[in-house]
Amino acid sequence: MTIKGKAYIAGIYEHPTRHAPDKSTAQLHAEVAKGAIEDAGLTKADIDGYFCAGDAPGGAWPMVDYLGLKVRHVDSTETGGCSYLIHLGHAAEAIAAGKCSIALVTLAGKPRTGPMPPRAAGAEADFEAAYGATTHNAYGMCAMRHMHDYGTTSEQLAWIKVAASHHAQYNPHAMLKEVVTVEDVINSPMISDPLHRMDCCVVTDGGGAMIVTTPEIAKSLKKPLVRLIGHGEAMKGPRGGKDLDLTYSAGIWSGPRAFEEAGVTPKDIKYASIYDSFTITVLMQLEDLGFCKKGEGGKFVADGNLISGVGKLPFNTDGGGLCSNHPVNRGGMTKILEAVRQLRGEAHPKVQVQNCDLAIAHGTGGLLGVRHAASTCILERV
Amino acid sequence: MAEAKKYPAPVTNPETAQFWEAAKAGKFMIKRCTACGDRHYFPRSICPFCFSDKTVWEEASGEATIYTYSLMRKSPTGPYAIAYVTLKEGPSLQTNIVDCDLEKLKIGQKVKLVWKPTDGAPLPFFTAA
Repeated sequence: MTIKGKAYIAGIYEHPTRHAPDKSTAQLHAEVAKGAIEDAGLTKADIDGYFCAGDAPGGAWPMVDYLGLKVRHVDSTETGGCSYLIHLGHAAEAIAAGKCSIALVTLAGKPRTGPMPPRAAGAEADFEAAYGATTHNAYGMCAMRHMHDYGTTSEQLAWIKVAASHHAQYNPHAMLKEVVTVEDVINSPMISDPLHRMDCCVVTDGGGAMIVTTPEIAKSLKKPLVRLIGHGEAMKGPRGGKDLDLTYSAGIWSGPRAFEEAGVTPKDIKYASIYDSFTITVLMQLEDLGFCKKGEGGKFVADGNLISGVGKLPFNTDGGGLCSNHPVNRGGMTKILEAVRQLRGEAHPKVQVQNCDLAIAHGTGGLLGVRHAASTCILERV
Repeated sequence: MAEAKKYPAPVTNPETAQFWEAAKAGKFMIKRCTACGDRHYFPRSICPFCFSDKTVWEEASGEATIYTYSLMRKSPTGPYAIAYVTLKEGPSLQTNIVDCDLEKLKIGQKVKLVWKPTDGAPLPFFTAA
């Protein structure tokens, strides 16, 4: 049993807003849902599956009611920022099993307008909550150890932001459109050692949505055909404190599963959407996915290797979370959306990868240095 | 140093109550599995490695080395150092490094346990050894 080729992404929509104090979170979900449904050329009545995560106010049943959906399949898997990559895989499973035929996945929220509710705690709460783990310092701890073990430098990490900024200059909706240099990044204020302000992604209001459907329905619609051919998911945590190693992510397991299912290798990938909550997130994931050897990520990302038209692996050509958009502090959805644009040939002409027929969308959710999930999607233009 | 930072009191539960009772007496307890022999932290009743329920409490030395750390500078209560330290007995755990020069921390540095008070049981922290 495989999901290879069983599900197509027929509709996508990224909200153009980056600041939405005048809208409700549910409203943003509805607006991105409407955008994706219209992009697919469908109507709301066609939707028979709904997927959402922790950003959906109240969870699945209030959202299904609010949107006025009538569904026969729901999935509210919550794995932070990579929830939507997992939703794509789960939607493919549900479609392959006949549980639904047109699935809607939504993400939206407003962390720029106001503070987000606290993360739910697990059994570890009494033993960790007092120590003040945040996204910044949890990822900082990964970067610190990666530098110690492999000699990775701040300059190498900065190249990831530089590449994202080169792409963001062409995205009219990007929050940060200015092209920056390695020096700009390493001279920006230190936030949590060794991560500088420009090693960190933006905080934006907004959202995105996609429609996942059967091959038959996708072929009856007007959009270029983009399908999922491989998917993987995994989780990683300190696991009782045994053999702690913060230099790799759960992508080390989700990636090979997705590549194996797809029957392709990292060398075949023409475009990569890689979750960029921080520069270190990208570097570790590129290693874990097999684009280079463990420890060689610094060398791999340097000198513009991630810049479209310049380097060997064009990444996050919308400007990514580092420069364009990171709605609800969750980057998984926008990773899928830009990969679909690339495969459709709808990316900005200045960053569109020529003959882009195979792409990866990958991300993590939770805290990389504490507990996190990872999900990998391999997408193909048919 | 400024006024002592206020830390939240552990909620505790039946599975971890013994840890916090021992903490009040200044003892730092970890769990060892008598089936597979491995030690783990934070304490579970069932071993996270072999899933045996034959786990026992044992007192740890409080000696450790820094596995990694990050000095968080963007904090309303002032900079603080989050870290993972690896205990002499094996397991690594998340903590803060306190009461020493945080600008001079190094991976591999030796640290030792210090307790910080709360309104309930004290919490384990580490400082330069």
